[in-house]
Amino acid sequence: MAAAAPLVIVGAGQAGGRAALTLRAEGYRGAILLLGEEPDPPYERPPLSKGFLTGERSLASFTFATTEALAEAGIDFRPGCRVLAIDRPAKQLRLADGGAIAYAKLLLATGRAARPLPGAQADEPRIFCLRTRADADQLRAALRPGARLAILGGGFIGLEVAASAMALGCAVTVIELAPALLSRCVPAPLAAILAARHQAAGVRILLGTGLQAVMATEQGLSLDLGGGRRLEADALLVGIGAVPRAELAVAAGLATDQGILVDARLQTSDPDIFAAGDVCALPDPSGNGHVRLEAWQNADRQGALAARNLLGAGLSYVELPWFWSDQYELTLQIAGWPARAARTVTRAIAADACILFHLDEQGRVLGAGGVGPAGLGRDLRLAQLMIERAARPDPAAVADPTRGLKTLLR
Amino acid sequence: MSWILVGAADALEAEDVMRFDHGGRTFAIYRSPSDAYFATDGLCTHEQVHLADGLVMDHIIECPKHNGRFDYRTGEAKGAPVCVNLKTYPVKLEAGRIMIELDD
Ligand SMILES: Cc1cc2nc3c(=O)[nH]c(=O)nc-3n(C[C@H](O)[C@H](O)[C@H](O)COP(=O)(O)OP(=O)(O)OC[C@H]3O[C@@H](n4cnc5c(N)ncnc54)[C@H](O)[C@@H]3O)c2cc1C
Ligand code: FES
Repeated sequence: MAAAAPLVIVGAGQAGGRAALTLRAEGYRGAILLLGEEPDPPYERPPLSKGFLTGERSLASFTFATTEALAEAGIDFRPGCRVLAIDRPAKQLRLADGGAIAYAKLLLATGRAARPLPGAQADEPRIFCLRTRADADQLRAALRPGARLAILGGGFIGLEVAASAMALGCAVTVIELAPALLSRCVPAPLAAILAARHQAAGVRILLGTGLQAVMATEQGLSLDLGGGRRLEADALLVGIGAVPRAELAVAAGLATDQGILVDARLQTSDPDIFAAGDVCALPDPSGNGHVRLEAWQNADRQGALAARNLLGAGLSYVELPWFWSDQYELTLQIAGWPARAARTVTRAIAADACILFHLDEQGRVLGAGGVGPAGLGRDLRLAQLMIERAARPDPAAVADPTRGLKTLLR
Repeated sequence: MSWILVGAADALEAEDVMRFDHGGRTFAIYRSPSDAYFATDGLCTHEQVHLADGLVMDHIIECPKHNGRFDYRTGEAKGAPVCVNLKTYPVKLEAGRIMIELDD
């Protein structure tokens, strides 16, 4: 009798690695194949722009599924293995090394790729992006003390790298097309606190500024910022977002729309194929359209849930969106569904610490976000609990930083 | 091993945590909802963030930075992003004062 085909996971990042571990933790005894294009076993990406870049943290310290742990769990992990295509009728994968692999069920956890600079010379060694450990190694080599680093994009990756590069003694300039930093998903008062912190650290921030062209010279890079303005730099980091790696799904004819479309159980339009993490687009619980989350917790929890559903659990993903960004001594955290709120209550704690509570018409907390020193995390966690419990705290009390939030939860 | 004075037991509210520094080390001291006292290392095992800034809910301390959770009675890490347990220390109350036992 032929051995049963394995459960196969494509992508050994946060979602894929977590899914593989969860399959075993759930007691599945059959074959598990974890295929990853990168050379490393599953690691957490957040330190790549922070502690790993500054040299404070080693890859080992944030590898959450080591080669040994995977082997011990009987998971067949294949690093450096790129999947080229899915043959759905044959339930087979085609690999870049020419091989083929049969699957019983498939999980696509292929994540995202950094959006490249349009028209950039791909072989210019002084232009960087940041998605993988290998990217971080290359960027780190360029961040010598005194190096002039230009960063295109005032989003999370750009600003986290700016903070790390300042710590390494670089001269940093952030170029942002929008009139404010982080304008895509951070409320203005919170973004303003971070902008002030970057300015205090000595980061030059050029808002409303686009990059017209890059010229490589012998001394470095010469950036044309339009209107006759030029910026000379030794290195350019491109931090203009990330695109879902849905190409396998598109070619296999699965339903996609800027990501792999899944239902609440993370099942794609093929019942034998699931998707999790940054690559997927989940139905918005409000019933309108899809949400596309790019965050550690989402990838981790979706990986775990997809594993259970590969085993037939049929669970729905109901986790509250939540993400953080760490810059200097400040933490930014955003939870829930701020965009759906009818009004916002501000809890102004200090010049560098503030929490926003986003309420619906009935005064229920739908979302919350805050910036401040690490200790703010306690209040932000309480805000998350308010969202989970659909609490309706007294807005005046929430706005008063002398009132403990814990008492308002009870 | 010796018992070290932390402070007055009522300086800490029920279901709360406070920081205690001694001999160049830092600890987190907890009072549970049922008024039992516990002590762990002060810093989260994920990144170096003080747990005294975290939230105590029942027997769980939640790290303020990335929501890593530990059972502060046993030090057990309760799931990603934390996977390394916290070290715990014996605690006793003596005449209304909190004492913890540390190796010298
Ligand atoms: C620098 C950086 C900092 C971040 N900081 C934070 C933060 O502070 N807070 C936060 O909440 N989130 C942060 N994030 C986001 C978080 O890391 C991601 O949301 C998370 O990694 C997504 O996990 P994933 O498994 O979906 O995808 P990924 O982690 O991207 O993993 C996908 C894997 O699939 C592989 N793959 C793709 N296609 C194929 C193929 N055809 N064959 C084989 N393998 C393939 C890729 O090589 C990759 O290894 C950060 C991300 C980056 C890049
Ligand atoms: S520092 Fe505690 S969970 Fe990350």
